[in-house]
Amino acid sequence: MMMPCFKQRTDKKRKEADLDCLLHRKSIEYRIRLLKYIKNARAGHTGGSLSCVDILNVLYNCVLNVSPETADDPRRDRYIQSKGHSVEALYVVLADRGFFPESDLETLCRFRSPYVGHPTRKIRGIEHNTGALGHGLAFGAGAALAGKMDGLGYRVFVLLGDGELAEGSNWESMMTAAHYGLDNLTAIVDRNQLQITGRTEEVCALESLVDKFAAFGWSVREVDGHDVTALRKVLSSVPFEVGRPSVVIAHTVKGKGVSFMENDAKWHHGVPSDEEYERAMEELRAQLEEAEP
Amino acid sequence: MSGAAAMETAKANLDVFSETLLALARKNRNILVVTSDSRGSGKLVPFAQALPGQIVEVGIAEQNLVGIAAGLASAGKIVFAVSPGSFLTARSLEQIKNDVCYSDHPVKLVGISSGVSYGALGSTHHSLHDLAVLRAIPNCTIVVPADNFETAEAVKAAAEMPHPVFLRFGKRPMPPLHRPGTKFTVGKSLLVRRGNDIAFIATGETVVQAAGACDLLAREGISARVLSMHTVKPLDEEAVLQAAQECGAVVTVEEHSCAGGLGEACAAVLLQSGVSVPFRIVGFPDEETVSGSQLDMMAYYGISPEGLAETARTLLNRKRL
Ligand SMILES: [Mg+2]
Repeated sequence: MMMPCFKQRTDKKRKEADLDCLLHRKSIEYRIRLLKYIKNARAGHTGGSLSCVDILNVLYNCVLNVSPETADDPRRDRYIQSKGHSVEALYVVLADRGFFPESDLETLCRFRSPYVGHPTRKIRGIEHNTGALGHGLAFGAGAALAGKMDGLGYRVFVLLGDGELAEGSNWESMMTAAHYGLDNLTAIVDRNQLQITGRTEEVCALESLVDKFAAFGWSVREVDGHDVTALRKVLSSVPFEVGRPSVVIAHTVKGKGVSFMENDAKWHHGVPSDEEYERAMEELRAQLEEAEP
Repeated sequence: MSGAAAMETAKANLDVFSETLLALARKNRNILVVTSDSRGSGKLVPFAQALPGQIVEVGIAEQNLVGIAAGLASAGKIVFAVSPGSFLTARSLEQIKNDVCYSDHPVKLVGISSGVSYGALGSTHHSLHDLAVLRAIPNCTIVVPADNFETAEAVKAAAEMPHPVFLRFGKRPMPPLHRPGTKFTVGKSLLVRRGNDIAFIATGETVVQAAGACDLLAREGISARVLSMHTVKPLDEEAVLQAAQECGAVVTVEEHSCAGGLGEACAAVLLQSGVSVPFRIVGFPDEETVSGSQLDMMAYYGISPEGLAETARTLLNRKRL
């Protein structure tokens, strides 16, 4: 459906290796771009965007059956970013997929720009306005339920933050999704271990998350949330069980890709200084060179 | 129609809501009801029996109720999210604000047993804040029908609306207030009694109380106008201004806190248009309320034919000064 096509290769394994190589490069490019727009706007949720961008990369380039042309098609797959604050990652991926010109992002967070600091439906490709936490899963469950009722084959993917899971509304929706057997619904937890105050386990312990989801009737998988190959495989194999909603706990690093931003809660919505920005770009450009095919 | 005959045909607006919705839903399988363990109090058991595939139960989880309703609506469903007004508009206010109104998914939010319908159950079950909080949220039409006719028309109108709407119902039988052939339009108030000495602008289950006051005042030679302001937002500003200018005194009446509801909405229209007339907001005061039946509670705070007539006399004295 949306899989990029590689003409020279015939062998399936080689094709997949090429695809993963391309995805890997794309992730680095996305990091470069999202930092550029955050720097330009002097605002943004840097750490979380860097932690979830590989997930978004794989979803939009390999998994989701949606494109600018099919963004209103009732049969399209739906993506809902419940952790709305990581909108910069979503914006650069949607721009790359052609939902809007990337130059629009020059206006990010500017006066009267529709590109505000959390997702809104004013932007083509965005399904739901999010930002207040604990809302995306109920919405996704409703959309998934409608798909079941109408026999439309679409899937719904909801990205949750780990800190966000303290919102009780998530657990209400988990119960409902399991009750209705919504196997067309997949939640992905960006498990970067951090929230704005510090470590999730110190703020309000979440573990064991696997056991909690399983106890709520979900089929659970864990994955390295920066390994595009592993992400591609796990997200392409939903539902994990017929009749159950699926959850992927993606182990990630907040601030991933920029050494001094990694695993540091201060980059939750930190904006790099000129010097920090240059250092970040140097690191990312070096990664890009290393990733040359 | 005599009072006794009127009460014979009177049903609770809630019953009319569920009957009207069932009739609509039989013809359109996209119409869904979402409930939070509230089908009984919403009089929706017959709906569930008749159309089990068109009711979604989410359990006692109002935040979930509204979020799921928004998701269903986003996929083209015509969704009535039904829960007691007290919980629907407080527990799930953020879902109403973001998932429904800001995101503009056309959910029909239905607050059942609203105001002090649950009377003696106490303040946890009263919704005296709902109009105030919802008025402050953009993209939410607010309709509070007064009688069975207004209820049926409001439900039919809501089903067609492309944007969010809140409907508020009580559960006491309501006598008919309008003649056959009356036309109901969301956003346009309905004239219940003609009169030019003073105007009652009332909403929901208080309209019949204002009509009762009008009848008492008529015996004293006072002609009171009664408007059913079923749509609290957007407000029929023209009718409010006309009532003040033609009657010279206005009493607003609502089964809601005096803060932030219909009365303050009318006051803002009048003052900002430079119209100053003797004016009184009758509703629930900013304090912990007494408890009791809906009628006893309303009467205690002056929402009864006698209480409203007395308020009118006071205003008329000021008007004559
Ligand atoms: Mg986190």
